[in-house]
Amino acid sequence: MSNIAIRVDNLTKRYRIGIIQKEKGVKRSLMQRAASPFRYLTTTLRPPSDDETLWALNGVSFEVDRGNVLGVIGRNGAGKSTLLKLLARITEPTSGVATIHGRVGALLEVGTGFHPELTGRENVFLSGAILGMRRSEIERKFDEIVAFSGVERFIDTPIKYYSSGMRVRLGFAVAAHLEPEVLLIDEVLAVGDAEFQKKCLGKMSEVATEGRTVLFVSHNMAAVQSLCNRGLYLQRGKVLVDGSINDAVSTYLKMIEDRTQEDLSLRNDRSGQGSIRLVGVDITDQSEMAAMTLITGQPAKFVFHLNQIPTGMVLEYVDFTIYDLQGRPVAYFNSGDTGEKDTHDFSLGTHVVCTIDELLLIPGRYRINVGISGNGDIQDHVEGAAFFNVEEGQIRGRPVVARNQRLGSVMLPHHWTLPETR
Amino acid sequence: MTASEFGKKTSLPDPSITTVIQATHGWSSLGLKDIWEYRELLMLLIWREIRGVYRQTALGASWLFLRPILNVIVLTLVFGVFVKIPSNNLPYALFSLSALLPWGYFSSAVLRSAGSLVQNMDIISKVYFPRMIIAVAGVLSGLVDLMASFLVFLIIMPFFKLPLRIEMLWLPAFTLAAVMMALMVGLWLATLSVRYRDVAFAVNFLLQALMYLSPVIYPISSVPKSLVFLYQLNPMAGIIDGFRWALLGPAAGSPPGTTFWISMGIMGVLLVIGAFIFRRTERTIVDVL
Repeated sequence: MSNIAIRVDNLTKRYRIGIIQKEKGVKRSLMQRAASPFRYLTTTLRPPSDDETLWALNGVSFEVDRGNVLGVIGRNGAGKSTLLKLLARITEPTSGVATIHGRVGALLEVGTGFHPELTGRENVFLSGAILGMRRSEIERKFDEIVAFSGVERFIDTPIKYYSSGMRVRLGFAVAAHLEPEVLLIDEVLAVGDAEFQKKCLGKMSEVATEGRTVLFVSHNMAAVQSLCNRGLYLQRGKVLVDGSINDAVSTYLKMIEDRTQEDLSLRNDRSGQGSIRLVGVDITDQSEMAAMTLITGQPAKFVFHLNQIPTGMVLEYVDFTIYDLQGRPVAYFNSGDTGEKDTHDFSLGTHVVCTIDELLLIPGRYRINVGISGNGDIQDHVEGAAFFNVEEGQIRGRPVVARNQRLGSVMLPHHWTLPETR
Repeated sequence: MTASEFGKKTSLPDPSITTVIQATHGWSSLGLKDIWEYRELLMLLIWREIRGVYRQTALGASWLFLRPILNVIVLTLVFGVFVKIPSNNLPYALFSLSALLPWGYFSSAVLRSAGSLVQNMDIISKVYFPRMIIAVAGVLSGLVDLMASFLVFLIIMPFFKLPLRIEMLWLPAFTLAAVMMALMVGLWLATLSVRYRDVAFAVNFLLQALMYLSPVIYPISSVPKSLVFLYQLNPMAGIIDGFRWALLGPAAGSPPGTTFWISMGIMGVLLVIGAFIFRRTERTIVDVL
């Protein structure tokens, strides 16, 4: 028999999305509302036209050999989650075939099927059964599961009294003890504290060394690189790279960087309501020139250019997250969490400025995701809105040099006290 | 690690478990075998439904018994004492409780299964299993209410000097009919609820209307003779009448006659059609929900 665990052949998934209709005036909108049940019927009964369809996956083909760990990466909306949902049989493809040899376990969420009113013990059985374990199997592994989760003391407490961390631990513990030959995993490692994440990563590489096949979808390039040996890079529902994990990751990173060369206002890889759009980002040091280069320990300024703030629109907050090149978040800023030194300035027009007094990032390259929120909705969200470099400098007199970002991306002001040596 | 353990861990994938994922076209089978495969999950979902409901209520599971008792008190007061609806010379409390057994079950089972797909969206969108078991779990978990109500009935029987009757052996059959009826209505409504959230509002009205069209608060003898045949095409009419006959004797209801079997036939056909439509919808439920 062949050594192939997963074979995907020309897999396609089409979604029907509604046409966005601009409502004009109260009268018109009332008319539309009254007619909506009929319009609904007519739109469902006829075949969808091109602008109503979204090809979440468009002719995806690949094979995974037994014992391989395949990392699936790509931007939001590239089709990663759709691929996972199809392989997990949560929904059916529009066309194409996928064949999986062996028992399949899908882990798309931690704590699937947990009921808040039931105890931890009861939920272990419930969640285990939902994930496809036999009762006898759960009974056999019960003690192991509870030990792995580290919530022994609360196992007979309803889980609504658990902290979110405890719930995640218990959920992962159940899932980690699934023993399928093919395991499908979605981003679940993005939760829990660092220590627990490490435990999960360990458990996963253990799974891989046992000769089982894993398909792992993630945004975390570091985790993908350390766990997977093969990579699949999806873009707009198509396979762009199918090769080693390093090939896939470097293509992905290059792609993100290339996008920032484009004019921000022309980019359409964004989400949100769209009443306010981010059209530009300037990142400057003290010199106030948009150099996109900062110096460790020096002030830094992030200027966000918005296209407009329509009348009647309340700009609630602008937020952004700094990521390192491995896709790990480093720091988060939100103008909605107001501080004493925050000010308002009419002369700014549609600019929003965030000033960092002392940049505590170590030298390296970073990118930011920017979000704009107004009138209770996310108005705009752009991933990889800008890139910037941080050059070597000093933090309070201590030189900070470039290091591998695996050792962290932030340097906190500190000093040492050392024993005198003679 | 022993040799046998090693052999187990690196065992070849069982070629018999090969999953083929592709679009199905047209009508597929009912997948009853698949439901049997997942029977453990079905039991757990029923148990979750039952355990979850009465947690953190002061009275806990006693609600199971309180509900029918309170219902009977209200009905007896309003329809037995104030309105004086004929109850074929039987105490109105017995008359209404015997009808509330199947009706109370039916309405709670329909409510649970009609909303089951939407309410369990969190599981449906994350794991594969035959979706029908979630509707079936909703229907079957209502049987606990029926058991409790029946227990109440058994307890009050001596107070009314009511004998145990041989016809009571018919009760499991009538119960089965009520389960099938609830499953039929539940499957149809659950299928519709995926696309139209209106179902959540409509189901209450529907149940209310159906209650007035069934002999719950009045006897069938109140129905005009010319309409009786049409009236009895409602399977719940025959089921309720059957419960009354089995529990209280021929004065209260009548044994299943031709119209009962006709209504059962119609129900059976609708059940099978409903199940097939449900199967057709279930493939892409997640895309619509």
